[in-house]
Parts: sequence; structure tokens; C-alpha cells
Amino acid sequence: MADIDREAVERVAALARLSLTAEEKETFARQLRDILGYVETMQALDLSQVPPMSHAAATGAWREDVARPGLPRERVLDAAPDAAFPLFRVPRVIGG
Amino acid sequence: MSGLVRLGAAEIAGRVARGEVSAEEVARAFLDRAGALDAQVGAFLDLRPERTLEQARAVDRARRAGQTPPSLAGVPVAVKDVLNVEGWPTTCGSRVLEGYAPPYTATAVERLLAAGAVVLGKTNMDEFAMGSSTENSAYRPTRNPWDLARVPGGSSGGSAAAVAAAMAPAALGTDTGGSVRQPAALCGVVGLKPTYGRVSRYGLVAFASSLDQVGTLARSVEDVALLSSALFGHDPRDATSAQAPPTAPLAGDDGGRGLRGLRLGVPWAALAEGVAPGVMASFRAALEVCVREGAELVDVALPHVRHAIAAYYVVATAEASSNLARYDGVRYGLRAEGAPDLARLYGETRDRGFGAEVKRRILLGTFVLSAGYHEAYYVAAQKVRTLIRRDFEEAFARCAAVALPTTPGTAFRLGERTADPLQMYLADVFTVPANLAGLPGLSLPCGLVDGLPAGLQLLGRPFDEDTLLRAGHAFQGVTTHHRLSPPAFS
Repeated sequence: MADIDREAVERVAALARLSLTAEEKETFARQLRDILGYVETMQALDLSQVPPMSHAAATGAWREDVARPGLPRERVLDAAPDAAFPLFRVPRVIGG
Repeated sequence: MSGLVRLGAAEIAGRVARGEVSAEEVARAFLDRAGALDAQVGAFLDLRPERTLEQARAVDRARRAGQTPPSLAGVPVAVKDVLNVEGWPTTCGSRVLEGYAPPYTATAVERLLAAGAVVLGKTNMDEFAMGSSTENSAYRPTRNPWDLARVPGGSSGGSAAAVAAAMAPAALGTDTGGSVRQPAALCGVVGLKPTYGRVSRYGLVAFASSLDQVGTLARSVEDVALLSSALFGHDPRDATSAQAPPTAPLAGDDGGRGLRGLRLGVPWAALAEGVAPGVMASFRAALEVCVREGAELVDVALPHVRHAIAAYYVVATAEASSNLARYDGVRYGLRAEGAPDLARLYGETRDRGFGAEVKRRILLGTFVLSAGYHEAYYVAAQKVRTLIRRDFEEAFARCAAVALPTTPGTAFRLGERTADPLQMYLADVFTVPANLAGLPGLSLPCGLVDGLPAGLQLLGRPFDEDTLLRAGHAFQGVTTHHRLSPPAFS
């Protein structure tokens, strides 16, 4: 039902912010076709009356809305590739 | 080589507590062995002997100061490199996190340290825990101590190989679709994936958040139970961690009661094809032992588990595509230098930082969540998940645990399956159902097939690890499979 070709891979890669080489696009298109072909065996089941399960955990884990200390900002920024306290530094985003 | 490396976690803690050996001597023995042997195996990504020894000396100082020795006093634990230890690099086996040293420690590691354990080192893994062979590590493959031409399984392959080669008495792993149980089986050690919610995921780098669970590996069920007692418990920093009562599964156990009267379900129909004959024979022999020790076998159906792989690779990749969005070159690890704008910084960092399997799963997960495909793939997989959970609920109305082989085959050769990702995925058929349903699963050695270990897997009701551990402990009381060690590392 899903026809995964090179263009579909390009579209999905753009959504996922992945730059791919031409070779990667071809290989992934072929492999994703195989995998999705297998995944589609699920379609043999009648799922119309089955509720989806999103999680195995019990629901309703509430806690008080109380402010608590987080990680020290200096330590978090230390782990970044480029920072100038108290900010992460990135290339220009707007204009040029 | 020091005889200390042959001791299990419980024996080490006992001797350290009694002052018969120091935690420092124990840590040194395992560090020396890892230093001498790990070039062949590649189980560790990072050893920091000074830091390990300092932790061990702190345990010794506390004991000399008269403090009551904690339950894991002086036990060195190898930690999968997906769990944060403050100031110690976390790579997740990925280039994208190269150079990242986290500013905090995972709750699971904190709990072990509080119980007197010491961190022995960080172990190799498939990149972001995506894989079943540890060949997807960006740094190096890990080799199986039973045959260095073969994989140790994955994704916790470094942890399993370290324990199998007696370079560590115990290890932490994580299990999203079998990543503790499968390498435990392939390396001939014990591995426990607890119930979803049993162990805090705080400080565990997320792969698939509704499936990930921290687990333990050791050579005996007793040691896995000992570590579990320290690890289990609620953590306010993980909203999915459960408020279940703590357990002491083997307290007062004489080693003989775990199988007596146990109703053990076997899904014979699911095992009818695809299991290697030698693995099936060792599984049947293990069941005979269980019956001889007083277990009763019942046939259970589990009709939907044959769809588990399909559902798993949709749910897990969908969640992964979201979780891995955070590796963008801004906050941690790698950044592609010289990108002229932010969009290209993201794309180039991710292209350079992620390996092929991670890219494949991000693409698949993004696809199944994308407009037009979400219902047909992602929601359908969530519905199959419901059917699988119901299968187990029906089975557990008739039995207290389900038994099946951990894997359909033994360890395969390096490179044998890398070209065909689907074939690699299909080998997870017996482990992913427990993750989809959120159940606990224990894998324990049940014999050798042509010199390679096979695993017996027991699945239990949610939060009933005790039944699995007592049964496994009883099994090990009357069998010797877990006492075998790889010939090249004995």
C-alpha cells in the first residue's frame, strides 16, 4: 500500500532533518519497501473494534505542581558544542 | 589471574562485608582482567580505573568506619553506555554524542552506587540501542567470548560479553525489544528485563519511551535478584515509574520451591517453525527439568505474537524518530562545523553523526507517523499491541509464567546479517512481545548447541518478577549450564 521510492525517502528525510547521499536514498528506499511489505502483514487482522494501546504504564501519575531545582545551567552549557553563557550559540537563523 | 573474578555479586558483597577482601582488591582484579582480555572482546568503550578504584576505596572507608555494609558492597558493575554517569562520557555507541559528558547520573546507577556497587566501566552497544548484534556501534564491534568470530547479540552486547568473559560480575543493560535477554542468551549469562515501570528511566537516553526498560545481567539468577532489589522502586523524576511494592524475591528461599507446583504455559503453536533444532532440543530438555522439579506444563495460544515484529518495528521506530530529534548539533555532542545556516547545521550534523541503522529507523518512524500513513501503520500497530497484551492476559489466567526460547538460533557470525535489516529484525520474534505488553522477562542459560549457548526465557505477569526469579533460581539449583564458561576465557 505504501510505495516507497527515492522521492518518498527524500520527503521523509527532509521531515526528519537528515541530509542523505544519493546512494543512501536508493538503499533506504529498497530496505524500507522490504520492511513495510512485512509490516503490512498486520493488515490481515480485523482491527476495527480494537482500541489502540499507547503505553504499558498505569495512567494517572499525578504530582504536585511545585517548582524544583533543575540542572545547573553552567554544567548543561558545558556539554554543548558552542555556548556563550547563558545561551547556546548557533549560526544565523534569520536574514543574511 | 586472580580467583576473585570467578566470584558472583552476592559472594563479593558477602566477602567485602565480612572484611575478607577489600572492595579495592575486587575492583583491581576485574580492571586487570579487562585490561588484559578486552582487546580480544571489545566489551568496554571506556574504562576509568582511577575513578573505579576511588569508588571502591570509599566503600572500604565506610566499612572501616563501622557503617553497616550495604547489599552490593564492593560489587563492580559494568554499565551500558546509554545510562548517564556524571562526568563520564555517554556515547550511546554513536558519533553524534562523541565528547558528551552528562551533568547528572541516571537513577538506576545512583541506586546501585547507594547500595555500595562501583562503576567498572561503560560498555559497548548498538548505536542508540538499535540492533541485535552490537555491530551497529560506531566505535567497534563486540565479539562473543564463546566464539570470537560471532556476535554477542545486542544491543547490550558489551554488557553480556563482559559478564560472560568474567571481566565483570554483573552489568546493567537496557531492553526495548530484547536487548538484555537476547545478548544474555547468546553469551550464556542471565538477563532480566523487569516490568515496564519497575526501574526508573531517568538518565537513560531514550530510544522508544513506551518500551525501554533498564535490566540486569549476571551469571546467576541470585545475582540478578540481588541487583534488582537495589534497582526497583519509584522515582519521582520518571512519571512512568511505578508505585509497586519493592521485592526481595529470594529472601528465605531454599532454592527448591520456585518450580514446585508452578503452572508454566508453553506457546507450542508459536514455536512450530523457525526455531533451530538444537535450540528446540535444549528448550525441551529445560522444560523436562522444570517438570521433574514439580512444574506443570499447559499449552497457551498467544495467537497474535506472530504479528509482534511488525507492530514493534512501527511503534519503536515512531517513538525513536521523535526521541532522536534532539540530536541537532546544538545542545550536546557533535556539531557539523561550517554550516551556513541552522537548517544545514541540523541536516549535516545528523547525517555525519548517525549510522545507517539509526537513519533507517528514523526514516521508517517518520514515515509511519506522516500524514496519510499514520492510521494505516502507527495506529494499526498500537491496536496489535492491545491484541498481544490480551493474548498474555488470557494465558496468565491459566499459568503463572510463559516459557519459550529466548532466541530462535544461537550466535551468528559477524557480518552475516548486516546486509539484510529485515532478517535481523525477524530474529527478535520471541523477545519483543514482552516489551509490547510491558511484561517482565528472564533469560537464563539452558545448554550449549555446537558449543554456543542457548537461552530459556520465562515471561511473567506485570510486577511479578518474583515468580520468574524463584523459578530461575530453582532451575539453576539443579542444573549446571550457568556454571560453564567460554573455553578461551576460563
